Amino acid sequence: MEFNHTQAIYLQIADFVCDQVQLQHWLPEGKVPSVRELAVTLEVNPNTIMRSYEFLQQQGIIYTKRGMGYFVSADAIKKITAMRKEQFVQEELPQFFRRMFLLGIELDELKGRYEKYKQRQIKA
Amino acid sequence: MISLQHLHFSYRKGRPVLDDVSLSLRPGRIYGLLGRNGAGKSSLLYNICGLLFPQSGKSEVIGFDPSKREPSFLQQIYLLPEVFRLPDMDIAQYLQLFTPFYPAFDHSGFHQYLEVFEIPRNHQLSALSHGQQKKVLIAFAIATRAKVLLMDEPTNGLDIPSKHQFRKVIAGSLAEDQCMIISTHQVKDLDSLIDEVIIMDGTHVILQEPVTRITEKLSFRHVMSLEETEAPLYTEGALKGYAVVAVNRRQEHSRLDMEMFFNAVLLEKKSILPLFKQ
Repeated sequence: MEFNHTQAIYLQIADFVCDQVQLQHWLPEGKVPSVRELAVTLEVNPNTIMRSYEFLQQQGIIYTKRGMGYFVSADAIKKITAMRKEQFVQEELPQFFRRMFLLGIELDELKGRYEKYKQRQIKA
Repeated sequence: MISLQHLHFSYRKGRPVLDDVSLSLRPGRIYGLLGRNGAGKSSLLYNICGLLFPQSGKSEVIGFDPSKREPSFLQQIYLLPEVFRLPDMDIAQYLQLFTPFYPAFDHSGFHQYLEVFEIPRNHQLSALSHGQQKKVLIAFAIATRAKVLLMDEPTNGLDIPSKHQFRKVIAGSLAEDQCMIISTHQVKDLDSLIDEVIIMDGTHVILQEPVTRITEKLSFRHVMSLEETEAPLYTEGALKGYAVVAVNRRQEHSRLDMEMFFNAVLLEKKSILPLFKQ
């Protein structure tokens, strides 16, 4: 995994875990790799993985069974979608609007393009 | 786990190398020891493991006074030196000779690490390249399961794949009751492994802070123009725009750029160090 240079590593790892769940590589109620396993795979300090897992646990995306490690919550996908939607609205949308504003693009102009995009996604 | 109080050390009178150094290090963590050449990093490591004795001050390492060099202390501490010379023998003979000093030595771990490092078996150590010899020594160091593992520039002389292997091996072996100190100039190789940063400058330890606290206090960003950023403490010209270290006023979660932080601390001591004293 290549880490970017801007965001804290523990958040990038949390993001990676969310990707795995959304893509259904890791299934609801399934076991999440142990702290050590993921530390080795991603070549980072196990304490950093621990921090990512604690963060995800606070968000209700994973939970811990005593002595057995971490598991994906039953409603993890729903929670991730909600969390990422919030993130999109807070962080990405303002930048997107800024570009639109600078380029003088109106929302109506985008509507048709977005509809076409959606149709292509459904076909694929 | 390691407690140094007001340590003074010099090789020659009137030329202090460590001047009033105090440190307190906990188990389960990896400490990155940073400093310019000659800042005293290696001397500090040697003082911790009892290779050098302080002129004054108190040191306690896993409950022992290192300068007494008690066998039960030496069994639990290992120093991987920057410069080394391996004897002319094969790996099996090397193990036979040196593992009796380390009762907790993990033989299967050692062979597993050699495999990760792709070291050929049954070779004379002297027939291996310098980088390969270093990897044998790294594998040995980790397999001792020493409670205190000191590594002086461990990635010096390793090729790029070996640096990945090194990170994997360290990430997989850190134990809860173990403390690792890695001194390095190659910050970029190791910054994803380091919990806490120790910076030495001119015979002093000027900073010891967890990475989490550094990014709480400071924000590391890339900007196109310096007007975009408030309260910059230190800037470096980058390919596009600037890399900036600034006071973290908006609780950003940026990634610590350890190399830039090191440069920033050395050049802007007066504005950065007080932030951590609050």
